[in-house]
Amino acid sequence: MRTTVEPLTPRTRRGVELVLLVVAIAIVLLAWVTVDLNRNGTVPANIIPVAGGFVVLAMIVHLVLRWKAPYADPVLLPITTALNGLGLVMIHRLDLAAGRLGADGSANQQIIWTTIAVALTVAVIWALPDHRLLRRYTYVSLAVGFILLLLPLLPGIGREVNGSRIWIAVGPFSFQPGEFAKIALAIFFAGYLVQTRDVLSLAGKRILGFTFPRGRDLGPILVAWVLALLILVFEKDLGSALLFFGVFVAMLYVATERVSWIAIGLLLFGVAVAFALSAFAHFQKRVDLWLEPFSQENLERSNQLANGLWGMASGGLTGTGLGAGRPWLTSFAESDFIFSSLAEELGLFGSVAILMLYLVFVQRGIRTALGVRDGFGKLLAIGLTFSVAFQLFIVIGGVTRVIPLTGLTTPFLSLGGSSLLANWIIMSLLLRISDQARRPVPALPVGVDADPVAAEATQVVQL
Amino acid sequence: MNTPIRRLSVLIAALFGALLVASTIIQFAQAQSLNVMAANKRTLLDNYSRERGSILVGGQAIAKSVPVDDQFAWLRTYPEGRLYSQITGFYGYSVGNPFGLENAADDLLSGKADQLFVRRVTDLLTGRDTVGATIELTLNAKAQKVASEGLGKNRGAVVALDPRTGAILAMVSHPQYDPNPLSSHDLAKSEAAWKKLSNDKAKPFINRAITGDLYPPGSVFKVVTAAAALEQGLVADENSEVPGPAELDLPLTETNLPNEDRRACGPGNKTTLIHALEISCNTAFGSLGLELGGEQLRAQAAKFGFGDSIQIPMRVAPSTMPAEINAPQAAQSAIGQYEVRTTPLQMAMIAGAIANQGRVMTPYLIQSIRTADLDVIESAPDPEELSQAVSARTADILKKMMVSVVDNGSGRRAQIPGVAVGGKTGTAQHDLKKNPHAWFISFAPADDPQVAVAVVVEESGVTGNEVGGARVAAPIAKDVMEAVINR
Repeated sequence: MRTTVEPLTPRTRRGVELVLLVVAIAIVLLAWVTVDLNRNGTVPANIIPVAGGFVVLAMIVHLVLRWKAPYADPVLLPITTALNGLGLVMIHRLDLAAGRLGADGSANQQIIWTTIAVALTVAVIWALPDHRLLRRYTYVSLAVGFILLLLPLLPGIGREVNGSRIWIAVGPFSFQPGEFAKIALAIFFAGYLVQTRDVLSLAGKRILGFTFPRGRDLGPILVAWVLALLILVFEKDLGSALLFFGVFVAMLYVATERVSWIAIGLLLFGVAVAFALSAFAHFQKRVDLWLEPFSQENLERSNQLANGLWGMASGGLTGTGLGAGRPWLTSFAESDFIFSSLAEELGLFGSVAILMLYLVFVQRGIRTALGVRDGFGKLLAIGLTFSVAFQLFIVIGGVTRVIPLTGLTTPFLSLGGSSLLANWIIMSLLLRISDQARRPVPALPVGVDADPVAAEATQVVQL
Repeated sequence: MNTPIRRLSVLIAALFGALLVASTIIQFAQAQSLNVMAANKRTLLDNYSRERGSILVGGQAIAKSVPVDDQFAWLRTYPEGRLYSQITGFYGYSVGNPFGLENAADDLLSGKADQLFVRRVTDLLTGRDTVGATIELTLNAKAQKVASEGLGKNRGAVVALDPRTGAILAMVSHPQYDPNPLSSHDLAKSEAAWKKLSNDKAKPFINRAITGDLYPPGSVFKVVTAAAALEQGLVADENSEVPGPAELDLPLTETNLPNEDRRACGPGNKTTLIHALEISCNTAFGSLGLELGGEQLRAQAAKFGFGDSIQIPMRVAPSTMPAEINAPQAAQSAIGQYEVRTTPLQMAMIAGAIANQGRVMTPYLIQSIRTADLDVIESAPDPEELSQAVSARTADILKKMMVSVVDNGSGRRAQIPGVAVGGKTGTAQHDLKKNPHAWFISFAPADDPQVAVAVVVEESGVTGNEVGGARVAAPIAKDVMEAVINR
């Protein structure tokens, strides 16, 4: 009798993805039908074409993954589909309440953005066979990120909305460039930190058990800090500033494994926030609203937060049912407060379920970071994952009164093209990195070093 | 780099933990207190979108919610308009429901009351819309109507109750208002109506039968003085002799207490208790008041219900009698002046107690609580005794005296052929520059009491003429009693 030793081939899990996708699509369609039944008493008339289109979009990504990234994580796409779909359902539901029908509806707009987002995802997976190719664009990414971030400050195209200047308008299109800057800067941080991590982590003197960096190595964090300050002062957007700086500090910590960077980061940010609070009435107002959302004076100033909280409370445990609540009473119910809107109609069970979807998404991102073999991939994966998690905390923490409210979009759920496109790109990058992480034998494209971490150590000198 | 990634994932888990805890606090732990906040528009709209229970009188709705095709879904309407305005109150979007049963029975009408818990659970399980409870009142539609017609354009109030149970049969307060425009969904219309109502100097939104500034009772309070005198043994029965000079010298003061006609109540400045009541002799009751003293009068009034907080379910203002009064003030109080203040409901309770062997029954307005399809959730409460105000014997004597007032005295206008009616007139000074209030309290039939009535007509009495007041108030009481007895 002969025994053969077969090579261990990890399973691609594309079948699991397909099953989860079917579940995700079923949940979204059920939610949509519930809304129309509750609002109009009828099943939506265009259910066949829209549901068909939704299935086709999801299947396209699924098939492209089978072909181009067979080992990619099987959970990310279904979760993204479910969240994007639930966001669409809520936006459609608010359309119905506002009497915006058909082509005038925000949902229609969002469907077009979703289609573009899917096309972009396919393009990224197709055009980027290996995430390490992005390392070549480390400094290009820095430039792009910097420009995108500062674009809203340009006179003529920059727009100030609700006290924050984070929009640009070109012709009929408006845009939040910060959402894309997030990706560009994550690529830059990953590329830069993987080169400089040895210097940043080893050099320095020990004080009180912590190894503090040398003065000259403080450069990068100071640059990032100044950038965050610029956003804070000129765009008056505490949320974005917190997000960029937070992502940078987190990636710095992961690259160097030194807690002192976190301490320095927190200190610098604390100084910035203290400065902003004392200098700008805008921020004081936000903090005041956060502490006392229900006082008569604050209700007259802005009842947005109070309305969101009342909405969530009226949902209770089980929710009013999709289409049966009054989420439109809260301003920005379809963007900043979409979590409150969903919580109102789906109840605490629904809000916990949505948070769990995000948690699993983030957990898959962290697994990808742990599993991928190259340092750049690790940093990029954790950077992107942390940016999603942290953004979610900033925006949902704002509407649930954990922290003061700052204007950021809820990933995948919020109405808005920039946010949707950016987050789908983040998902496709994570898919690409996870494909590398789970692939059995590192099949390296020509021109990429087998062990970049080892190779980078020497590059410190080259800088 | 995996160690810091793992540590970072702990931080991320903590961030998510914070969001989960915050959501749970908002949607579960604090949900109730957030929902009841006054500024919460969702709760307001919620109340509007639910079908509010009807209020029924004799099977006819005096307040009901009808479906309409606007954002509020249900429009509150009052088919009888003004007639029941102070009973129902109104249900407006901007002003809310500050008055009447819409306010006092809001829990039942909105379906939030504890009694309706089981119903709410079954509604939840069967997916049926929760509907507020329907309230059936004790009121007698005919009595209500004649009481209101009797008051006509006068200000004042009428209360009729069943002396045996305390069930309120009629409760009218004039002026009235139309609750319909106040409850309109046309916000401009409802706000204009509210502006008009709230600026009206006559304050039509006040139910004068149970609240407001309260009235001095005047001579109708003499039955309380007579009750105290009988209970304390100052007089043996209705034929006992009491002083009745033309003027009563009040100790400690320069002034005297005169009779209205400035004449003695009987030969030799003496009269009997029954005759004193028949002609409403001030000096007789003033001297009884001097003998009794303030505390005794106060104690007897309290036994009839003065000072009690009653809810029918609307809050009834407690009638008051000042504490620690001196002798002349006691004499004034004994004829219902000085600072004695009361509600028509309280005076009806006194008439009722005398008719009902001295027992004061707790008044109530809600007969039964039903579901929207009229299944009974809670039927009429068992009649509840508030107090035994006087002994059965004293009540009998007082009854005989009051029947005599109607048969032979100042209350002739309340006579009903073939029915023994007991009553007492009153003329209450409230402002020397204005006409006094005319009062009348009564009960009928004396041998089988079915109804006790109190009527007050503002500023329609004639100073110094007891019969003048009786001319206005007594016929109203008579019509109401007839409406109840002949139903």
